[in-house]
Amino acid sequence: MSKVAIIDYGMGNLRSVAKAIEHVATADTVVVTADPAEVLSADRVVFPGQGAMPDCMRELDARGLRPAVLEAARNKPFLGICIGQQMLFEHSEEGNVPGLGIFKGEVRRFPAERMVAADGSRLKVPHMGWNEVWQKQAHPLWAGIDDGARFYYVHSYYVDPADPAIVAATTDYAIPFTGAVAQANIFAIQFHPEKSAHAGLQLLSNFMSWKP
Amino acid sequence: MLAKRIIPCLDVSAGRVVKGINFVELRDAGDPVEVARRYDEQGADEITFLDITASSDDRNIILHVVEQVAEQVFIPLTVGGGVRTVDDVRRLLNAGADKVSINTAAVNNPQVVADASGKVGSQCIVVAIDAKQVAPGKWEVFTHGGRNRTGLDAIEWARKVESLGAGEILLTSMDRDGTKNGFDLGLTRAVSDAVSIPVIASGGVGSLDHLADGVTQGRADAVLAASIFHFGEHTVREAKELMRARGIEVRL
Repeated sequence: MSKVAIIDYGMGNLRSVAKAIEHVATADTVVVTADPAEVLSADRVVFPGQGAMPDCMRELDARGLRPAVLEAARNKPFLGICIGQQMLFEHSEEGNVPGLGIFKGEVRRFPAERMVAADGSRLKVPHMGWNEVWQKQAHPLWAGIDDGARFYYVHSYYVDPADPAIVAATTDYAIPFTGAVAQANIFAIQFHPEKSAHAGLQLLSNFMSWKP
Repeated sequence: MLAKRIIPCLDVSAGRVVKGINFVELRDAGDPVEVARRYDEQGADEITFLDITASSDDRNIILHVVEQVAEQVFIPLTVGGGVRTVDDVRRLLNAGADKVSINTAAVNNPQVVADASGKVGSQCIVVAIDAKQVAPGKWEVFTHGGRNRTGLDAIEWARKVESLGAGEILLTSMDRDGTKNGFDLGLTRAVSDAVSIPVIASGGVGSLDHLADGVTQGRADAVLAASIFHFGEHTVREAKELMRARGIEVRL
């Protein structure tokens, strides 16, 4: 029995994330919170994000949540999702804003000039739908999930870590890009586990029992 | 590789799934949660609800439906029908929808697309375009189920809504809708080639091959169908197996 805090800084609907975790971790307490004290008292933390990264950074700071996020990322099992993954990096091309800088690297937009499929048709941006996630390192959060399992993505930007050792998964869309990163107590993913049917629920379940 | 998506569409009226027979008689087809769960189990990549509730008094019912479905079905959920304002969009997202589809309101007030995508992000905003062919290689946007002309060229309108911040286009051929003769592939391809956002083909599916044609010839990123799945003719899984056999990348 543990408490997981889903950090709510006003960007996007967190109901789906909360419901999916409640579905797999029925004995645990799930709180959606904007209160730094609540984040710091939780046993594990989920850091989601939707929309544009500049707005997300602004809203995070407007609620005074940055120190709590940084603190949680130092020692608690920490799951970043979508923009919540991107914000862990140093800088984003989206709006040319700095991120939290926990990981070195840049958040980049899919390169327009390279978005062409093998048959010559255009690859659309946002990258929207179910794509294969290729695991690049063994990790407890991949337990019970096939290499190449499909997860639901919807995004126009992706993280480009400076340190290749933190890459936990890649996905191909015109280019191979980083779909997941992992380091110590942090696991962060671009795709949406709460919308990825069985594979997504399995990953969330793995996160809830993870002891980094 | 990114999979092409298959999206069952459910018409919902006053909280129940309904099936139209020849557009006149509406028959009760079950509880939205149950139907959505069944499609999820068959491997649907997303589910779309179209709220066709006639009375505005009953409009809030869809919010409860969305809440219940989102608690139990963990794939993306799009909701459309009667969405007019940014507040409507927010209410649906807060209830648990992942995307909201805007149709007539976008034509009447294109700014709502810009305002909504600015507030909640492009990835949540689908613009539904209902089009009819008016000349060879030319299609016009219609509203109100194909009754009202708008004077807008469908391809130009698609480009316009993309520039306003739509994240996806749900494209329905009003010539084909309900005919079971297959998608208007010319329209689908013309719009898909004209924009850089994903296009969902809709209207006219009568066989599984039609779904595959929408992808291979229409270059759609996703295909939407209603009756072919509702009346038990085919399952989503059968559709995916056929598409895979025809060389299309799907999630199976």
